[in-house]
Amino acid sequence: MIAESVVTLFGLGFVSASILSVASRLLAVEEDPRIEVVTEALPGANCGGCGFAGCEAYATAVLNDPNVPPNRCCAGGPDVAKRVAELTGKAAGEVEPMVAFRRCVKVEGKVAHKYDYAGATTCAGAKLLDGGPDACRYSCIGFGDCVRACPFDAMWIEDHLVHISPAKCTSCGTCVRTCPNGILELIPRRARVMVFCSSKDKGKAVKDVCEAGCISCGACVKKCPAKAIAIEDNRIVIDHKACLAYGPSCEEICVTTCPRSILRCLQPETVSAPPETEPAHIPEETHVVDLNA
Amino acid sequence: MDIFLLFISAIFVNNILLAQYLGNCPYLGCSKEKSVAIGMGAAVLFVIVLATVITFLIQKYIMNPFQLGYLQTIIFILVIAALVQFVEMFLKKMVPPLYKSLGIYLPLITTNCAVLGVAILVQRKEFDLWTSFLYSIAASLGFLLAIVLMAGIRERFVVTRLPRSMQGVPSGLVMAGIMSLAFLAFKGMIA
Repeated sequence: MIAESVVTLFGLGFVSASILSVASRLLAVEEDPRIEVVTEALPGANCGGCGFAGCEAYATAVLNDPNVPPNRCCAGGPDVAKRVAELTGKAAGEVEPMVAFRRCVKVEGKVAHKYDYAGATTCAGAKLLDGGPDACRYSCIGFGDCVRACPFDAMWIEDHLVHISPAKCTSCGTCVRTCPNGILELIPRRARVMVFCSSKDKGKAVKDVCEAGCISCGACVKKCPAKAIAIEDNRIVIDHKACLAYGPSCEEICVTTCPRSILRCLQPETVSAPPETEPAHIPEETHVVDLNA
Repeated sequence: MDIFLLFISAIFVNNILLAQYLGNCPYLGCSKEKSVAIGMGAAVLFVIVLATVITFLIQKYIMNPFQLGYLQTIIFILVIAALVQFVEMFLKKMVPPLYKSLGIYLPLITTNCAVLGVAILVQRKEFDLWTSFLYSIAASLGFLLAIVLMAGIRERFVVTRLPRSMQGVPSGLVMAGIMSLAFLAFKGMIA
């Protein structure tokens, strides 16, 4: 009986092993060994900032598709772009370091409150209810959907307003895609000026709900010598390339012209230091759902 | 009619997950998103059906003639592990898109006791090959149903305010218990 058991087990084990070894030969899939090398060169954050599903997907695409440039990894920055270019034999090109920017100064503008929200503490959830609890439909709702989405812990919420740590931000764009109000934007780190409002409402409507918001008067558009400022859908759009190319000789006339002081110089004001404790704090108790009600 | 009853009882009444408590690891681990749950459920269905048929044949033609029934567990584990490896290689070569979507779950199934459970159950119930095949499909459909339902509920948890101590696995376990209780109601359906 022992002999039979041993023979059967060994026999089955041997047969299984043989089938597997033959199968591994017959069904072997040849993989480009360079994919692994390129994947290792990437930061491995799988943030999706490059537009591909993850680091491996980008590595495969950059090796196989001549149209995919080696500098798409924003989390890795210029160093990774250089390394990927070396590995793939493509020209690295220039990488303009970007950073996420919040186009809203809700607290400063004392945005009017529309209603008390008591529900799922997510921005996407709050937005479903008449555009959110703030009177401005384009303000930061402050429940931190972007904070949770940020793979690099670069954001935190303070006073219902999101803050970004430029030091930690890799410009992967995850937060920009997450924000239901579209108040986050990727801008060049070198950007000189930016408008701190993202409202698409007309001037009067903005004035009614926010003390600081942009009223799209167009004064900055007229004054800008570089023609870098435009108004699209009642929202200021700045062509940072043109602005940077023109340089500081304009003396930031748009900033001094703006009657609402909503166009501001970026350096060093945008660099707000992260708080010393718990950078990813989300105020969960701000809108309490009464479970006993 | 028997086949119909077999299906109904395997999916609802004796659900492999909720009534027999087999395969709880993927049930809790892969039920955070519906798409993932469907992938896992489909992979399990594929492997359970294949494993049941192969282990049935091994039991009938190798183990029974030599009276090696006491080696059932170890032989089934060996066969299922080898089978999952083979399926993984086969899919990688022949159906790369399916491999990509299931790839990460396939190795997990090796240690999924639902697969071993169904293979052993059909032997205990002394089904023939055809009934075993149908039972394995029904049992894995039950698994698929339970894991997809669970994922649907857990997706709602993401936008629900839960006490900190209940977030994540605790709420998942409580949900699993409540769902199990709910499925007990089906017990009265078939005498």
